[in-house]
Amino acid sequence: MSILNDPNMIRSIIMDHYQYPRNKVDSEPKGYESIHMDSDSCVDDFYIYLKYDNTSNKIIDVKFMGTGCTISTASISIMSELLINKTKDEAFNIINNYKNMAMHEGSYDEELLEEANVFSNVYKQANRIKCATIGYNGIEELLKDK
Amino acid sequence: MFNVNDIKKDFPFIVKNPHIVYLDNAATTQKPRCVVDAISDLYENYNANPHSYDYSLAVLSEKAYEGARKKVAKFINANSNEIVFNSGDTAGLNFLASSLSKKLKEGDQILLSQAEHASNVLPWFKVKEEKQIDIGYIPLDDEGRIQLDAVEKAITPNTKIISLAQVTNVLGYKVDIKGICEIAHKHNIIVIVDGAQSIPHMKVDVKDLDCDFLVFSGHKLYGPTGIGVIYGKFDILDTLDPINMGGGMNGRFDMCGNYTLIKTPNRFESGTVNLEGAVGLGAAIDYLESIGMDNIEKYEKQLHDYAISKMEKIDGVKIYNKNSDTGIITFNFKDIFAQDLATHLASYNVCVRSGQHCAKILMDFLKADATVRASFGIYNTFEDVDKFVDALSKGDEYLDVYFK
Ligand SMILES: Cc1ncc(COP(=O)(O)O)c(C=O)c1O
Repeated sequence: MSILNDPNMIRSIIMDHYQYPRNKVDSEPKGYESIHMDSDSCVDDFYIYLKYDNTSNKIIDVKFMGTGCTISTASISIMSELLINKTKDEAFNIINNYKNMAMHEGSYDEELLEEANVFSNVYKQANRIKCATIGYNGIEELLKDK
Repeated sequence: MFNVNDIKKDFPFIVKNPHIVYLDNAATTQKPRCVVDAISDLYENYNANPHSYDYSLAVLSEKAYEGARKKVAKFINANSNEIVFNSGDTAGLNFLASSLSKKLKEGDQILLSQAEHASNVLPWFKVKEEKQIDIGYIPLDDEGRIQLDAVEKAITPNTKIISLAQVTNVLGYKVDIKGICEIAHKHNIIVIVDGAQSIPHMKVDVKDLDCDFLVFSGHKLYGPTGIGVIYGKFDILDTLDPINMGGGMNGRFDMCGNYTLIKTPNRFESGTVNLEGAVGLGAAIDYLESIGMDNIEKYEKQLHDYAISKMEKIDGVKIYNKNSDTGIITFNFKDIFAQDLATHLASYNVCVRSGQHCAKILMDFLKADATVRASFGIYNTFEDVDKFVDALSKGDEYLDVYFK
């Protein structure tokens, strides 16, 4: 079953995450680290929040807040579901695979990316790659020094 | 009136890309063949640093550069010694803010409006930081226009400068600069006009407006990037301090730090000048004058009215400036995010701009996170409008571009 072959499926997954984003909050959650991601070329303006456990090296929770286009909002929502409960190494693996896909810059493991595969064609809209990767870049920055 | 099909033939980009509907002319414009040719001619035949007076080529290049200055002066009805070349509208506003700030003191006020471009806001924020001056905003009326009585009311005894766009880049309304100058000058207030969006689309006569300064960019006027113009009434311009010091603007200097400056306007053009930009801009002005600015304004208004009448027939289109005086249309479609809509239009080869259009403080007024802007130029056709409106009417399919 590859969701990639069914445009209606892709559409409904993206729209679902856009209209009902997961792990999106309206105010800053307590006990999280945060990073502000705003892009100078577009309106995307998000805060990404991370709760991380240093002893188990695990991502406990990911949340986000802000406004942006369909692609950025849906991609962060899907990302949050992919990364919660992952170890740092697992998370980096997902991020790298996702970026390879989104930027069309190398091979990637389709299975690993689950619903995030809906963005496999985003690279064809070069001006939107930034939107599709804004959340991943933020989380990467937050995880870097762990 | 002109025939737009003849105009299109003058633009290599338009000829080579018949599938592209270019509606982002408020951001930058395509260039006519004569501009490209004028620049090639310079580089092929008479390129030299105009400051190298030792051989005749430099005389030719200086003639071309100063000739371009004369063309600009005539174009806006100024004198040549009131025209300073620089790198663009933004550089012009920064120069005026820095240079005029030396005449300001704590508590003085600058008046702007909520519809100004970042380039006419942030340079003043810097002055505010450095000089503890106040910044006031002339309120917009319900439609987003600046009315003269609002200007009159906003003026305080401390107001020293009013700096406004003649045509705002999101709403496209014409501001009554002449009326504002009349009011301002009664209070000895200097008026700066941001002509970025007016100069390319209508006749502008600085003597008639009686503004003190006017700035604009060449690239929005079908000329090259990297060239801009500051017009200043000579008697005021001549009192300003140059901000950039260097070669080509000093008379002489010695090791003790003594120096003299050459005459206005060249004293404001330190360093090797943008010869290519000036020559290209001169050619663009010749081209526009051959068509006639009044004709251009009339034609673009027709395109605008036609587009509005078609857009209003589509369910779910929200137009923020239906009555715009120029070829700028700002809109949204249903609750589709502006950027998504612009990408959708791009998939139909319609180039528009989404976002806040560098007018971030206007978005509160419009009550929108972002908008899409279509803006016309002289080569656009009614057929372009049809293609644009057709793509817009299919806005609901905006995610399709990710499946192709
Ligand atoms: C009203 C207005 N002012 C200033 C500018 C800045 O012009 P430039 O980027 O050429 O310096 C623009 C360009 O977008 C504009 O529309």
